[in-house]
Amino acid sequence: MKILVTVKRVTDYERKVKIKPDGSGFETEGMNFVPNPFDEIAVEEALRLTKEHGGDVVVVSIGPNDATQQIRQALAMGAQRGILVQAGELDSDAVARVLQKLVEKENPDLVLMGKQATDDDANQAGQLLAGYLGWPQATFASKTEGLESAEEKAQKPGVKVADGWASVAREADGGIETIKVQLPAVITTDLRLNHPRFASLPGIMKAKKKPIEEIPVASLGVDITPKVRVLKYEEPPARLAGVKVADVDELVNKLKNEAKVI
Amino acid sequence: MSAAHPHYTEEHQAFRQSLRRWVDREILPHVEAWEAARAFPRELYAKAAEIGLLGMGFPEAYGGVPMDPFHVIITCEELARAAAGGLSAGLMSHSIGLPPVAHLGSEALKARVIPPVLAGEKISALAVTEPSGGSDVANLRTTARRDGDHYVLNGQKTFITSGMRADFITCAVRTGGEGMGGISIVVVPGDAPGLARTPLEKMGWWCSDTATLYFDECRVPAENLVGEENMGFMGLMLNFNNERLALAANAWAFAKVAFEEALGWAKERVTFGRPLIQRQAIRHKLVDMQADLLATQAFLEAVAAKMKAGEQPIADICMLKNHAVACMEHCAGDAVQILGGAGYVQGAKAERIYRETKVIAIGGGASEIMKDLAARQLGW
Ligand SMILES: Cc1cc2nc3c(=O)[nH]c(=O)nc-3n(C[C@H](O)[C@H](O)[C@H](O)COP(=O)(O)OP(=O)(O)OC[C@H]3O[C@@H](n4cnc5c(N)ncnc54)[C@H](O)[C@@H]3O)c2cc1C
Repeated sequence: MKILVTVKRVTDYERKVKIKPDGSGFETEGMNFVPNPFDEIAVEEALRLTKEHGGDVVVVSIGPNDATQQIRQALAMGAQRGILVQAGELDSDAVARVLQKLVEKENPDLVLMGKQATDDDANQAGQLLAGYLGWPQATFASKTEGLESAEEKAQKPGVKVADGWASVAREADGGIETIKVQLPAVITTDLRLNHPRFASLPGIMKAKKKPIEEIPVASLGVDITPKVRVLKYEEPPARLAGVKVADVDELVNKLKNEAKVI
Repeated sequence: MSAAHPHYTEEHQAFRQSLRRWVDREILPHVEAWEAARAFPRELYAKAAEIGLLGMGFPEAYGGVPMDPFHVIITCEELARAAAGGLSAGLMSHSIGLPPVAHLGSEALKARVIPPVLAGEKISALAVTEPSGGSDVANLRTTARRDGDHYVLNGQKTFITSGMRADFITCAVRTGGEGMGGISIVVVPGDAPGLARTPLEKMGWWCSDTATLYFDECRVPAENLVGEENMGFMGLMLNFNNERLALAANAWAFAKVAFEEALGWAKERVTFGRPLIQRQAIRHKLVDMQADLLATQAFLEAVAAKMKAGEQPIADICMLKNHAVACMEHCAGDAVQILGGAGYVQGAKAERIYRETKVIAIGGGASEIMKDLAARQLGW
């Protein structure tokens, strides 16, 4: 089984991002970058699936040359090889088109992606990719047994693959539903699918020697014209200080007339 | 730190990042409870093995992974964020227990002892110090006499880290005449008949187990001899440089944690209408601490770079250990002072670090011994 997994380089979620004074983007100076946490879950799931069914995990990142660090991290977790598509900031549609090209080249049985990236939280690339490929999709993959289960402790995959089909438990509004998709398919991962492993020191040493293919985005012949135009970045409004209300009547009055929520 | 740092490569940084998250998840939420319970769970060894922490510096053939002194610094620094020296010492007690076996042991002994320890299934300890003295290793008194295919041990060891729980105790014993030429090393199994152990209560390092070991006609299979009879002293010396570099890195790392806590506090705490950090008496203290930390870090990295290049700069290492301990004493002391009452009650990192300065000044070669050795090495 060959699995293609995406790993996006994103700003460290533990640090506060600073918006440039002119609102054109983020300050990258002194910023720490990490793999998108949802993608780490996808890498973990891919490793568990190939452990159970055999096969290879190929990691793809689309981004600047420094994104090799995030690819190496996935290789240190255990993936076999990496592909870096060298590109600037792309929107979800362009990402999906680039991935479509790679999928056609690599012919994986499964594409695993984080359900969204923690930088722009778009939650679109996986769905678009499945659309362009004409493949089935299962988004927000989760684990029926839960993260405290014996299955999780034994590092069992939450996605069950058998006879060319994948059965995926997914988080829906009312609870968990299980759907079956025929492979090849695109599956996107939610938070409660697994606990990703830590890259070990031996893993980090081995990753140094694993191949990463570098592909300039222009060489793929994909239309990456943005469909989404970013006009400006702004801080959300600062939270206002709270007020004390004298009684329930005043509270109801404020909720109705000031906050306009009831 | 950028990838272009003179000492830290991209792989070092990747290891640091992984280790930091591991400490965040596996240690920080539990460390207060472990300190209070005077123990951390045995399962932590297996978890540490998974990320390669236990294998560091041991041969790959036995489950190890190659490293350089900068991995040691990174490990000390990241584990120090828990501000519990006992955790670092207990979890890593094999880093002093296994090297004599790895350096001098027979193939069979290495294959039996090293892999299960590096996998976190068994615990290793080093037992050299005795009630009659720790600094004067050459005059240790615990004896081992050959009896058929066994050695029979009599004597005591004390202040032994992981002494209560260890499955393999790398033990220095006297098999020959007086002095360093009569010392051998044997690996004593935790269940050897004639071995008894009692726990010790300490000023700090609460969550590491420290024990006195009693050998009363204790029988150990002769194949557990490490290397040759009466050649053990060398085996003990071989790892001293690494141990002392790690102790220096620990001292510096704990000093830094205490400093950072004090700095954060000084920015928040308002007295007489102004934050502490704006008071000259406090900001000067903090600058002195920072300067001490930077100087110690520079010394530490300079010595680590020499060791990475294959040198064994013994005098430098001795002086570095003392210098780093002084830095820790300085920063821990002033951090507690800046925190005031909050630094004296349990819960502050500085409180614990302050209680753990002395053990680094005493263990692994006490300060006085370090100075004597440095002076001798310098040819004085
Ligand atoms: C928490 C803890 C954990 C430890 N873990 C281990 C372990 O795992 N394994 C192990 O083998 N040991 C361990 N030790 C023991 C440690 O290595 C010894 O305490 C240390 O070597 C000093 O030995 P001592 O305590 O017998 O002091 P002594 O050797 O009796 O020295 C007492 C004091 O006199 C000074 N002194 C000694 N000789 C001279 C001299 N010639 N000139 C000037 N001053 C001198 C010393 O510097 C020291 O200040 C541990 C100790 C502690 C506190």
